Amino acid sequence: MKTIYILWLREIKRYLRSRSRIIGSLGQPLLFLLALGYGLGSVFAKAGEGNYFQFLAPGIIGMSIIFTAIFSGIQMIYDRQFGFLKETLVAPVNRLNIMIGRTLGGATVATMQGVLVLILVTIFGFRPYSWALVPVAILFMLLVALLFAALGATIASLLDDMQGFQLIMNFLVMPLFFLSGALFPLDGLPAVLGAIVKFDPLSYGIDSFRILLVNNGSFGLGLDFVVLAVCTAAFLGLGSYFFSKIQI
Amino acid sequence: MENIISVKNLVKKFGDFTAVDDISFDVKKGEIFAFLGPNGAGKSTTIKMLTTILNPTSGNIKLNGHDTADDADAVRHSFGIVFQDPSLDDDLTALENMNLHGVLYGVPGKVRKERIEQLLNFVELWDRRNSLVKEFSGGMKRRLEIARGLLHHPTVLFLDEPTLGLDPQTRNHMWSYLQNLNKEEGITVFFTTHYMEEAERIAQRIAIIDHGKIIASGTAAELNAKTGKSSLEDTFLDLTGKVIRDEDANATDRMRNRSRMWGGRR
Repeated sequence: MKTIYILWLREIKRYLRSRSRIIGSLGQPLLFLLALGYGLGSVFAKAGEGNYFQFLAPGIIGMSIIFTAIFSGIQMIYDRQFGFLKETLVAPVNRLNIMIGRTLGGATVATMQGVLVLILVTIFGFRPYSWALVPVAILFMLLVALLFAALGATIASLLDDMQGFQLIMNFLVMPLFFLSGALFPLDGLPAVLGAIVKFDPLSYGIDSFRILLVNNGSFGLGLDFVVLAVCTAAFLGLGSYFFSKIQI
Repeated sequence: MENIISVKNLVKKFGDFTAVDDISFDVKKGEIFAFLGPNGAGKSTTIKMLTTILNPTSGNIKLNGHDTADDADAVRHSFGIVFQDPSLDDDLTALENMNLHGVLYGVPGKVRKERIEQLLNFVELWDRRNSLVKEFSGGMKRRLEIARGLLHHPTVLFLDEPTLGLDPQTRNHMWSYLQNLNKEEGITVFFTTHYMEEAERIAQRIAIIDHGKIIASGTAAELNAKTGKSSLEDTFLDLTGKVIRDEDANATDRMRNRSRMWGGRR
């Protein structure tokens, strides 16, 4: 328990100390929100889908969470390169607890980032349809963050250096984001895209944000929760397995 | 005296390169043991296997009575290590690094606080305890690592080239502390170094490894007698030759990385 706590605390401290990281990772969601939200707003309205800015905001929150969460998992590669990983690996503690502590830390950081983006979009005019549901939405953010922090840690356990990072960004993180329905409504999609979207766990995360924040979802909160929880458990298990196999 | 480390027929292969080739040796409890060899001879690979972060291809290792393969946790409780390359978290302060280590090793809160203060004072970093490690010089980081390695009072302390880049003052200070600890608490010290006079002066017993094999072991005097030289430096050169070695650990690492990235098929 103490192992989990101290490794969680490490992630939080590192996050709070890197202001440039916090601000830097707000830039991308902001750009997407302003460029797409305002740029496509009129087209969206003409198509009879309502306010695109309201529609897009939960997707952008999801985007900041998935990027921060996967990146925090991947940071284990830095720890390997800069040596700190060895310090945890020679310690007499259960590998599963190391994995859980790190992942919880990364997920907490990603959730904080998601909340920051929520605040940011609110400043730009986003209005959740019920403030009472915002705390529930934050819980779902944490679940999504956990899922992708575990995924990031799983990948990091398999890589030794940052050379594969570009590969992961382009062939995993970007597709997960673009194929998730963060940017477009899920009804009336071409059959193939519609099917792909259903295999992207982030779709269910974004869907839950949309249900809770703007009352406009496709899958239903129950299904969202089940899919997210199952995927999170699976990646935590997989990540712990690969992590326990790490050799230096 | 009983053996605290016992290595039998240890082999480590990376692909078709044999880094450690069937070595066996013992380290006695309370001994200061030097493990010497040219670059790329297999020192660090051996230490990684002794400290449970690398699995041997074959052979077995017992440390403090526990097998590294069957009971890695008990082994991990028994040793402390100062790695050759830094292993601190640069974004945490000295105190936070120490604290994290103490928690990982289950040192109870009150003892932890006392020991951290005592150890940081000893390595003369107490005044800098709240500075981020990334602001430290190489020597300061090394001192902090040594303090950290001692925090949980290990039975065996591994030091992989601990004095690399330290000035004579710090080196001297460090060794007198370690020798004292060895005498008073019976901590076994296992170290590698490239400074032969250091090994000759500090170590009670020495093993020399080259091309993955142990080619000589004994006290410095015994080794010198064997080769008929007057200093360990000359003995070492006599035994390992004068050809300069390239550290091909990097190439090896890269090869291992590649094989691991693609699921270890080879």
